[in-house]
Amino acid sequence: MNDTNFIPPSVLRRSFIELQARARAQSLLDAGTDRELVGPFERMESPWLPAQGIAPQSDDGCVVLKGTISAKPVVVVALEGAFQAGSMGEVSGAKMTAALDLAARDSANGTNTAAVLLLETGGVRLQEANLGLAAIAEVIASVLELRQYAPVITVIAGTVGCFGGMALVAGVSSYVLMTREARLGLNGAEVIEQESGIEEFDSSDRALIWAINGGEQRVGMGVADELVDDDAQRIAASVRRYVEAGLPRMHRSDQVDLYRQRIAALDVSKQFDPVMLRDSWSNTRKKGGAA
Amino acid sequence: MSAQPGIRGKAWFQALTGSNRALDGDPGSLLTADAKLGEETARFICVIPDPKARFPCVRKGEVGLEEAYGLARRVREAIALGASEKKRPIVALVDVKSQAYGRREETAAIFLAAATAAGAYAAARMQGHPIIALVVGQAISGGFLTHGYQANRILAFDDHDVVIHAMHKEAAARITLRSVEELERLGHEIMPMSYDVQDYARLGMLHRLLHVQDPDSPSPTTVAQVQTELIDAVADARAGARDLSSRRSSDGARQMRKAGLLARARMEREWNEP
Amino acid sequence: MEQFKFDYPQAKRPVTKKAHVGVVGSGDMEILMEPSKNGAAQVTVLTSVNGFGASWRAVLDRFFTSYEGAVHVHINDAGATPGSVMLRLQQAVEVIEK
Repeated sequence: MNDTNFIPPSVLRRSFIELQARARAQSLLDAGTDRELVGPFERMESPWLPAQGIAPQSDDGCVVLKGTISAKPVVVVALEGAFQAGSMGEVSGAKMTAALDLAARDSANGTNTAAVLLLETGGVRLQEANLGLAAIAEVIASVLELRQYAPVITVIAGTVGCFGGMALVAGVSSYVLMTREARLGLNGAEVIEQESGIEEFDSSDRALIWAINGGEQRVGMGVADELVDDDAQRIAASVRRYVEAGLPRMHRSDQVDLYRQRIAALDVSKQFDPVMLRDSWSNTRKKGGAA
Repeated sequence: MSAQPGIRGKAWFQALTGSNRALDGDPGSLLTADAKLGEETARFICVIPDPKARFPCVRKGEVGLEEAYGLARRVREAIALGASEKKRPIVALVDVKSQAYGRREETAAIFLAAATAAGAYAAARMQGHPIIALVVGQAISGGFLTHGYQANRILAFDDHDVVIHAMHKEAAARITLRSVEELERLGHEIMPMSYDVQDYARLGMLHRLLHVQDPDSPSPTTVAQVQTELIDAVADARAGARDLSSRRSSDGARQMRKAGLLARARMEREWNEP
Repeated sequence: MEQFKFDYPQAKRPVTKKAHVGVVGSGDMEILMEPSKNGAAQVTVLTSVNGFGASWRAVLDRFFTSYEGAVHVHINDAGATPGSVMLRLQQAVEVIEK
């Protein structure tokens, strides 16, 4: 063995989290197949931010790349967490909705086109309030339309995580992949502390936040599908597997009876122990979901 | 907010269905009833405050875990009925404070509960049930996404106590470090941030803004007026697409969502390689 | 919110590529650099931090003393330092001149 040529895998590992949205999206597509739609040079920016003294971004924080994964047509929509916390505004929402609708149209016409959503987002962009909220409702509708034909794969990597109305988009997705660093929840700890008090949730307790919203917990309790390492190649490989797998036998958000029963079985007299919840929910796991 | 969320919802549910009780097996905060709307039967659903709710963070009218999964179940039940008969309209009476802000809710994945309810409404819409949201009070954020925002048509009362928004004034003021008055002023300059339902109507997502005399405790005349509007909305929904495209083709959208519409048009043009 | 426009008529060498670098995060900026349509270089800046017109001019003047590409540059800025601005300009040039 020639040790001078050996490079340990850990050195070759490229962090997915450290990549900006565009690079993340590119890393998932078959090499050379990516083509950006409504890209930054078109300057489709927010009409609402400059009036509030906030610098817009040329792509409104939403990158849409069309290409292939395992030679199958796919559209990747990536939110830029570094711009306004990846929040949904009029334009970014319109781009995401349109991409999903076009993938659904192609699929309905015989060319199945999956969608991969890179959700790094706090939810609605408050500076666009009602247009952001409306956009999220439309994205939810469009995911539900597309997932009749082709899988919608959500990847949450961090550091922003996926919160607010966009957590519903994760909820209706066919598959959800999360890193350990990632968080997924409807309300962040700060909002819960603000609305319901510090005893309800101490937002300075980082261990508690990850114990409840973190990737390991969400995957452990079965509300996300796979825990992935922060490694661009590994994440791409996982995404490929789900694209190849196609639709799940049953979407998680269709399993109403299962979850109604799980909620009814909870003892609400005290806070739930996240680890105990993992155990009880994986023991009552219904058949279905990813192969 | 001057009005207690859910009071109007309960009053209108009673007025439109004659019922004010939850069905067996549902939490006290979820009211469901099948009642006549014009010539046909419609399912009416409303979320109200229940001070005796099991989960402490939903007692003031928030949409929590039991409410969301209960909604999903009652909507899917209507879908199942629609397999063998006419697809009944589903009317979501919306007067919800917000989603529930609690640790139990987060731990038990309320995001999925909300997604399940929204998914049920969307499934019903996609299968041809006319889904009508009637906003009689508040329609805020996650609560509205869960209950109402997947509707074919949205109607709202033209009234100061009707608020459709992404975040309550007080919470938004705290988060943005502004006063409530400053936020209100900002809403006059930036229309999507406005708390005024008339401004919301200008954005083009609303099917109709209804002027009613007595929204808190409606007279039989007012109820009849609203029923007529609901029947119209049902017919309009049946005549249109089963998706949410009508929100983009309205006059309001053409005026106020130009950038989004242009982005969409560009995406369509660029989708296939030249 | 301030907007600036600077012209550099001496920068006339034709370029063919585009470059996009950066993200408009707090304390950061993005640059869009592409071939100019009128044969000379110009820069437009939109910044959320007021009062730094002279700094912008100084950095851009310095940049164009050693770069003569006929580029159209647009910058969306949320408070990047002059040093970062120069770095981003150089990153963009690297892509254009590759």
